[in-house]
Amino acid sequence: MDFTLSEDQQSLVDVLARFSRERYGIAKRTAAAGAESGHDVATWAQLAELGVIGMLFSSEVGGYGGNAFDIMAVFETLGHGLVGEPVLPALLAGTVLAAAGSDALDRLIDGSDIAVSAFYEPTSRYDLDRVATTATEQSQDWKIDGAKAVVHHAEAAQTLIVTAREANGTVSVFAVPAAASGVTMRGYVTNDGIRAAEVKLEGVIVPKAAKLGGVALARDAVDAGTLAICAEALGLMTWLKDATLEYLRTRIQFGKPIGNNQVLQHRMADIVVEMEQARSAVINAAAAMDGPADARALALSAAKYTIGTTATMVAEEAIQMHGGIGMTEELGLSHFAKRALMIDHQFGDSDHHLRRYITLSAA
Amino acid sequence: MDLSYTPEETQFRDEVRAFLDEALPQRLSDKVRDGSTLSKAEVEEWQAILSARGWLATHWPREYGGTGWNVVERFIFDVESSRANAPSIIPFGLSMLAPVLIKFGSDAQKERWLPRMLDGEDWWCQGYSEPGAGSDLANVRTTAVRDGDHYVVNGQKTWTTMAQHANMIFCLVRTDSSGKPQEGISFLLVDMTSPGVEVRPIITLDGDHEVNEVFFKDVRVPVENLVGEEGLGWTYAKYLLTYERTTMAGIGASRAALERLREIAQAEQSDGKPLIEDLLFAMRVARADIALKNLETTTMRVVAATAQGGSTGAQSSILKIKGTELRQEISALTRRAVGAYAQPFLPEREGANEAPVGPDYAVAATPTYLNLRKLSIYGGSNEIQKNIMTKAILGL
Repeated sequence: MDFTLSEDQQSLVDVLARFSRERYGIAKRTAAAGAESGHDVATWAQLAELGVIGMLFSSEVGGYGGNAFDIMAVFETLGHGLVGEPVLPALLAGTVLAAAGSDALDRLIDGSDIAVSAFYEPTSRYDLDRVATTATEQSQDWKIDGAKAVVHHAEAAQTLIVTAREANGTVSVFAVPAAASGVTMRGYVTNDGIRAAEVKLEGVIVPKAAKLGGVALARDAVDAGTLAICAEALGLMTWLKDATLEYLRTRIQFGKPIGNNQVLQHRMADIVVEMEQARSAVINAAAAMDGPADARALALSAAKYTIGTTATMVAEEAIQMHGGIGMTEELGLSHFAKRALMIDHQFGDSDHHLRRYITLSAA
Repeated sequence: MDLSYTPEETQFRDEVRAFLDEALPQRLSDKVRDGSTLSKAEVEEWQAILSARGWLATHWPREYGGTGWNVVERFIFDVESSRANAPSIIPFGLSMLAPVLIKFGSDAQKERWLPRMLDGEDWWCQGYSEPGAGSDLANVRTTAVRDGDHYVVNGQKTWTTMAQHANMIFCLVRTDSSGKPQEGISFLLVDMTSPGVEVRPIITLDGDHEVNEVFFKDVRVPVENLVGEEGLGWTYAKYLLTYERTTMAGIGASRAALERLREIAQAEQSDGKPLIEDLLFAMRVARADIALKNLETTTMRVVAATAQGGSTGAQSSILKIKGTELRQEISALTRRAVGAYAQPFLPEREGANEAPVGPDYAVAATPTYLNLRKLSIYGGSNEIQKNIMTKAILGL
């Protein structure tokens, strides 16, 4: 048993934490989401330079990390800094590209390209197999038609990794240049301050080689992404808990710090208990990532369920204990809380994963 | 990070499993699984088996006849024993008094009392709680007044687990009431066969006789039964609390109970199919299962930190709170699982042997649920644990 970070993990965590503390912040994040590109070009380049993206991939494919605990360490730190750059899309798209043996991964790791996954659709909810987008095989190429929902950082991307259903019914994964004719986007900012878009694909022609493989590629990418946002939530919750504790110590009402009230003390203790459980859930998921598929799915659903319920609780409690000021846009707290809440809406919420856990347990 | 055991630890776990497989009488494990109360003789039988194997005193160094196990080995043994439905080792002498004697007792006390624990000659109980000293344990009022070579003890202890079987009790007694409540408490070993000791049963809401009141009227206790220094009893009592307490999570017991629950929910029918296939019920079981898997890892994290020299300290409050809530939840689900047969009350006092009403597994469902309400009350109630966390972890 060893629950400590490796030296490489620890040094990247230290560098990344320092970067987001000293050279990043909510103002930069918010400005980036409002900009056309939807992210901060300079920050992105710096993250790549620090090795953040490379840490997500193994040395066989050009990175220098890539194990589940590397992903966990990176995303927990990103969460603690509320970093809004497209690292999560890079993980998903990169996982597909790596599995498909694509050399496009190099440009992703060095930060010169952005690629994003676009698997979910307006009516697919959290089901990767419910794909209405079609891929029609033609003599020289593929023609893709359909729509993809809430695609983070789509407007910044050079490449969209999409799922589409072939005529024989199988779902495959394709790489689609964002600039291809027939690709249109309606961009917007999410409730948690990330740039996203609804993507339309109308008669988009891509070469034969654009087909990267089966839907399993998407599933593996979502597994990695699920682990990543669970870890991100750990960082968010740590920030929210610390900020709330500080507030309980310094906010004076009735002549004493509000943290003197036992009712608030015990609610904070509950938060600590549940956060430790959530961390264990994420560790369990990370440990299962390289194991058998069933065990991995079970551990990921356990983690996503735990994170979904716990991050929501911590966000709501943090706002409540801050009182009126917790309701404001101005306070950093609300930004962290919103990201913690929206994580439950990515890759399946706690109900979705509890149901999947039950199905898998019965099998 | 690495969640797996080392090869040596894995080998040790296999050794424990093999031993339990061979040495644990099914007669006993069936009773534990079904939530039946074990007789004194049955508890002693299992402890004698462990003692013969040299595995009874899991907290002690080798020089005193203990296992000398490290924290990971103790953890493995506890979890495997609970999962196999082995009877619990009665902790009062072996796990609670002995570490205090080893750390603070005189050589004569160690030589006298420790071997008798291993041989099963003494059955110890713990005299801490009093009618006015529950969560506020320092409010001890039982007095011990020095009279020559003896202390004269007067007062009352309560919630004394298994006192009806015990011949010895270790007590917190007040030897001085001039200072703060925590001062003036002493740690005294009392022979329960002494004149003036009276044990009265407390029947708990599950109908069981597990706890007692113990009364002391002018009980004469030789001064050599004082542990450590007069007035430092609070320090010794607290030493136990800082002692490794990862067993507080009870993950082995919860895992065994959850497996039993699944069996019951498979056997029970609801709407023409096994209850476990009812999505609402399955959802509650799944939540408990997920929380337990999380807690298993939380416990291992604390064990690993302790193995590396850290103190479990306030982290054990987290394990206690979550572990007890979870065991209670599983017992509540088990009670629900047996449906209407949760109702019949079939007391199993010694000697009584009524035929069960309804399925065998249903008999203990409600009594076990009721009995386990104690988990969040004893050992420092869960509210007290949150107070500890408030100071030690939150710094409020």
